[in-house]
Amino acid sequence: MSTAGSNSSPETGAFWPRDRAWHPPPLTPAYKTSVLRSPQRALISFSNTLSEVTGPVFGQNLFGELDNDLIHNFAKPGESAQGPRIIVHGRILDERGQGVPGVLVEFWQANAAGRYRHKKDGYLAPLDPNFGGCGRTISGVDGGYAFRTIKPGPYPWPNGVNDWRPAHIHFSIFGSGFAQRLITQMYFEGDPLIRTCPIVNGIRDPAAIEQLTAPLDLAATIPMDSMAYKFDIVLRGRRSTLFENRLEGN
Amino acid sequence: MPQMLHHLRETPSQTAGPYVHIGLTPNFAGIDGVYPADLGTAMVNGKTKGERIAIAGRVIDGAGEALRDCLVEIWQADAAGLYPSPSETRGSADPNFAGWGRCPADAATGEYRFETVKPGCVPFPDGRLQAPHVTFWIVARGINLGLNTRLYFGDEAEANAADPILSRIEHRSRVRTLIAERVGDGYRFDIRLQGPDETIFFDI
Ligand SMILES: [Fe+3]
Repeated sequence: MSTAGSNSSPETGAFWPRDRAWHPPPLTPAYKTSVLRSPQRALISFSNTLSEVTGPVFGQNLFGELDNDLIHNFAKPGESAQGPRIIVHGRILDERGQGVPGVLVEFWQANAAGRYRHKKDGYLAPLDPNFGGCGRTISGVDGGYAFRTIKPGPYPWPNGVNDWRPAHIHFSIFGSGFAQRLITQMYFEGDPLIRTCPIVNGIRDPAAIEQLTAPLDLAATIPMDSMAYKFDIVLRGRRSTLFENRLEGN
Repeated sequence: MPQMLHHLRETPSQTAGPYVHIGLTPNFAGIDGVYPADLGTAMVNGKTKGERIAIAGRVIDGAGEALRDCLVEIWQADAAGLYPSPSETRGSADPNFAGWGRCPADAATGEYRFETVKPGCVPFPDGRLQAPHVTFWIVARGINLGLNTRLYFGDEAEANAADPILSRIEHRSRVRTLIAERVGDGYRFDIRLQGPDETIFFDI
């Protein structure tokens, strides 16, 4: 399979250790479901092997024309999803600040009213017959990615008696190695629900929450068409193959 | 003041939530017509080399209930011990083997299941061979950062005893939480998130 990054030499170095104090810890009691689903023993650490530094590759041939257009990829011909039209764009970077090409990015979200197309979502807000809620794309040579969607609505969820999720888009990202695998959520600048959310507040460092908050990017808007939000995603960095790993045959 | 390092920080994780299926397995979620098929459902085809096996099990919470909304991904070498990845520099893996699979838990039973081949041995960085293994990554509502573990095979006792990672686990009684037992033509691998038999999870 061909990838955007196939003309550069493969990366084979071990990953920098994950800073687990930057991520939410497994047990965040205000997010009640974490109580019975959080491992309690210490994780066991070992240096990366090939099993961690390798990962699957996804080719350009995977993608349909509308995969990165949630306004139209589930809509009937000639129709479109309802809600504020937005573009979400950014770059997939590693911790060294380098763009990561060929990364599969998958995203899903509620519709403009805050309702998911899922049999377990019982929120009384209406389904949009023209909105499925899923999309995917692959990062380009500089790590850039973009997709078109509608701005999701906030929604209530059964945790406390009156908990509301801030508007968000879920992201799943593959790096070049399986140890970079990451799922996260993007929030929108200025949403007052960010600071009250038990899921967001599982993150202890306010700067880490800022990292999940996408600013309005007026420069990237399309006049009379779409607003834009910028969301860069940082994957774990790798050590240099040359200096940190034995070369083949050495 | 010395120069700045300009390193970035990894994007913090957030839970996959209860609706992960919409994004990662939309056809399974009943959202038809967006993608022709869900990714990761076919790891093998008729020409894949190696011993065909099934790997199945459940992810079990601290109350003993199976998670019926989780999603499991696996990553493994082919029958010759090669990864189908650009970062694999020892040779070319079987072109008929994906190496990667994705499976949502069954909504009624919590059971996940992969049809794959038994992986060959992959070296540790110091050159010793690791026992055959499969890397697992588990996400779900209530899991704030995806969990990494490994499956080792119960009928590989000799290789398991010499495995560089298994052999350095201090609490020997916990090693069995990583061993899948052979049942028929497949292996059973239940993952326990909590309790006396909590599965070993790795910081990779
Ligand atoms: Fe959500």
